[in-house]
Amino acid sequence: MKLVICAGPATTGKTSVLRHVTKKLLAAGESVAFLKIDVQYADEDELFAREFGIPTRKCYSGELCPDHCSVMVLGDALRWAEHQACGILLVETAGLCLRCAPYADGGLGIAVLEATSGMNLPLKVGPILSLADIAVVTKIDLVSQAEREVFRARIQAAAPEVRVREVNALYGIGVDPLVEMIRNTPEVPALLQLRGNPPVGTCTICVGKKEIGWEKHFGVVRPLENDLFYRGE
Amino acid sequence: MFAAGDTPTGRHVLIDGKIPPAVYRDNPSCNPIALITQHTNFLSDLSVREFLRVHAGIRCPDPSQVERLVHESVEFANQLTGEPIIMDNTMTELSGGQTRAMLIADATIICNTPIVLLDEVENAGIHRTRALELLRKHRKIFIFVTHDPRIALLSDYRLVLEGGCITKVLTITDEEKLCAVTVTRWDDMYTALREKIRLGRTLNLSDVEGLA
Ligand SMILES: Nc1nc2c(ncn2[C@@H]2O[C@H](COP(=O)(O)OP(=O)(O)OP(=O)(O)O)[C@@H](O)[C@H]2O)c(=O)[nH]1
Ligand SMILES: [Mg+2]
Ligand SMILES: [Zn+2]
Repeated sequence: MKLVICAGPATTGKTSVLRHVTKKLLAAGESVAFLKIDVQYADEDELFAREFGIPTRKCYSGELCPDHCSVMVLGDALRWAEHQACGILLVETAGLCLRCAPYADGGLGIAVLEATSGMNLPLKVGPILSLADIAVVTKIDLVSQAEREVFRARIQAAAPEVRVREVNALYGIGVDPLVEMIRNTPEVPALLQLRGNPPVGTCTICVGKKEIGWEKHFGVVRPLENDLFYRGE
Repeated sequence: MFAAGDTPTGRHVLIDGKIPPAVYRDNPSCNPIALITQHTNFLSDLSVREFLRVHAGIRCPDPSQVERLVHESVEFANQLTGEPIIMDNTMTELSGGQTRAMLIADATIICNTPIVLLDEVENAGIHRTRALELLRKHRKIFIFVTHDPRIALLSDYRLVLEGGCITKVLTITDEEKLCAVTVTRWDDMYTALREKIRLGRTLNLSDVEGLA
């Protein structure tokens, strides 16, 4: 089983990219399963099932961060895809908290960013970009060539190790190298590990304490003027 | 621009019969063609100065040349647009004409590619004949997409497209060169008419006599 995890901010074009990728993988004789992880609404599973007739599923993360949710469900998902006799599992996930990234060692990590976003976006998205194997830049049809080149430079300044690929995801122009990368990804190892470190600890807000102001909280807290510190026993 | 069977038409673009090097497609700043699209606004939220600096930094291997390229580009652009571009403006603040002027200047000075592809320069809201004069000075291969007879007749070759492919390559004839003289005169008169109307003047019959 090959594992491909595709993450990125909302509406950047993850589904559009994966649709063209799926079409080309199927044409190359691969068998593909698709899983979408989102917070409270998603319809990509129906879309992919209808368009390609492949096994699809979705999973709502609800109270969990979608990236954390993917850590929980990925083991089951790989077994499910295996059971469906598929060779490649494509996972589309949202990635919202920007402190963690859903990629796993031994799988391919794709970050999808849009060329129409601000030039500082590559600095803001953190590990979603820096821990990816490849950054796919969509919506290049909406910007000038000069902006495309400058956006790439901004990505490479923020994440020098990450490969960059510009695509027009409406027509699938430029996705071929991505399909090649997926086909060349090795089988997932028996023990899958999250790439990179999850953020520090859980805070009291996470467990449901609603009062505002750090004085009302325990554990890892921070005032406006200071760095993080530990408050409590 | 270097289609490799991955566009809706499934076509391949070859250079001298050979598949172009992969780097042309993989890294847009190695692309030997600068494409100037019909964009009339930038989405980049950087200042003009910062944007051009980053772009010059990618395209030019010698860092000591960056400031010169940035200044030359803005100077070039300002010759094409009525309202001068200010370095500290953000790219998004530029008007339609300033944007097109900036794109042409950036492609010519900073990209400095052997080939420049220009989509409908006549719709750009810039001094188009001035643009052509400046571009000619830079001695590159310019390919225009145009419906403007004056611009078409200023070029050495015309590619005729039909049904999604090139059906003819025409070389300008001596007779057409003579036609160009008249077309240029008409076009100048038209420009003068447009200017008169823009300034709120009244037209006289003598304004259109030469056109008949
Ligand atoms: N012009 C243009 N539009 C695009 C491109 N890629 C995606 N879009 C459009 O952007 C919108 C969002 O695309 P999706 O593929 O649904 O984005 P997504 O990342 O899957 O979105 P979520 O799953 O909702 O977070 C759609 O309207 C797409 O048609 C592109 O390359 N160019
Ligand atoms: Mg989607
Ligand atoms: Zn998280």
